[in-house]
Amino acid sequence: MEEILKMFSYSFIVRAVIGGSLISLCAALLGVSLVLKRYSMIGDGLSHVGFGALAIAAAVNVASPLEFAIPIVVIAAFFLLRISGSSKIKGDSAIAIISTAALAIGIMVATMTTGMNTDINSYLFGSVIAMSQKDIVICIVLSVIVIVMYILFYNKIFAVTFDENFAKATGTKAGIYNMIIALLTALTITVGMKMMGSLLISSLIIFPAITSMRVCRRFKSVVICSAVIAVVCSVAGLIVSYRCNTPVGASIVIVNVGVLLIFTAIGSVSDRIGARKFAA
Amino acid sequence: MALIGCNQVSFSYENTGVIKNLSFEVNEGDYLCIVGENGSGKSTLMKGLLGLKAPADGKITRGDGLKANEIGYLPQQTPAQKDFPASVYEVVLSGRLNSCGFMPFYSKIDKQAALDNIKRLGIEHLSKRSYRDLSGGQQQRVLLARALCASKKILLLDEPVTGLDPIVTEEMYRLIEELNKKERITIIMVSHDIQSSVKYASHILHLDAGDTFFGTTADYMQSAKGKYFFAEGK
Repeated sequence: MEEILKMFSYSFIVRAVIGGSLISLCAALLGVSLVLKRYSMIGDGLSHVGFGALAIAAAVNVASPLEFAIPIVVIAAFFLLRISGSSKIKGDSAIAIISTAALAIGIMVATMTTGMNTDINSYLFGSVIAMSQKDIVICIVLSVIVIVMYILFYNKIFAVTFDENFAKATGTKAGIYNMIIALLTALTITVGMKMMGSLLISSLIIFPAITSMRVCRRFKSVVICSAVIAVVCSVAGLIVSYRCNTPVGASIVIVNVGVLLIFTAIGSVSDRIGARKFAA
Repeated sequence: MALIGCNQVSFSYENTGVIKNLSFEVNEGDYLCIVGENGSGKSTLMKGLLGLKAPADGKITRGDGLKANEIGYLPQQTPAQKDFPASVYEVVLSGRLNSCGFMPFYSKIDKQAALDNIKRLGIEHLSKRSYRDLSGGQQQRVLLARALCASKKILLLDEPVTGLDPIVTEEMYRLIEELNKKERITIIMVSHDIQSSVKYASHILHLDAGDTFFGTTADYMQSAKGKYFFAEGK
């Protein structure tokens, strides 16, 4: 306990806890829709595009790589959404093509210019000291935007997630809400990438949603449960990372895996009890 | 004026024409079944009527001030929906979205309408249950309740009995008939099931590349097509 308190005396850890929790929270909210719409791999694709953009930014020495990467990832998000909707190449393969291509470009550019230095390494695997004062401000602003938009559009997001065709047919402009989800996802991923690493950030989108769906049966409870799981896991992951001296991104993912296993067990037990109640 | 009319409408799907120069109209209180073989363009036409797909040629008109947000739609279920974690109430309430306009949240009226429609379809006992735990027939009822939330005038149903057992299928047809007869809701249904279509519908649209039939059910039974399908039964 003392050690945990001591941990919070380091300002970079405090920054990581704040940033990590906020990013996890945003990713989890968006993740519920993305997972249910079978778009979860878009997060993965975008993070790789983000890596490519950051590598190029580092190569040409842009003052703030993040501001360079955000617009590129946003454009990629719209593009990915479009091709998943209507294309001869099916959504999953299209995402795989774009994500690996972006990753390859990033690595090529990086090795040809600056080399695979610590910067590039931290973009790939994440780093706890990567969060600067400025990044935290961006994190806070971003998460306020995501949370407010999510609450305002909650009912529309539900309708579009559950049944896009029905929403469109009955006069809701589903395309706009899809774009809002894609835009917010792109922003969350780019900002979170530095800490989590581009190879692991998509886990923040997928794990909390899948975990809460093991147990929760209503959309609202899935959303709330995902948000809580995300924040708890990211703080726990940071503590693990501090204690065991492991990379923060990987630690958070491992905690998420543990929670998923626990929830799966709880879910199957409660299903069985439910089934017995029915039989009786 | 007709509620929905098609005037010389053509649709193409991936550059091949599936429907050519189709004309028909649906009036208030009608019960139209759209039948035809696989690939005859039933689903494409449905998308056109819903305004999800623009016709390649011709015009689809909506009369009597029928707006996009006054159409109730019962789509075919997608695999993603079958295990969707949402309560029945949440799903039904989402049918009221089109009456919210720019307001971000549902009003008391919306919530009451959702509850009324849940009651109307006899699924009150399920309202707190999760959609993914329901049987196929119960899920269809939930989606029908949602469609009723969206419109009091017209329902478009896309193969509503697919995958249901015979008893539940019959219940579903009765329910739709009741909505049509008692509440004067106009029904447009895409169906594979010619027997039941003829039994319940007032009008039949039989799509066929060269020889499309549109008319009342009685006329359909007298037509060459109707006779072809029902010759054995007599």
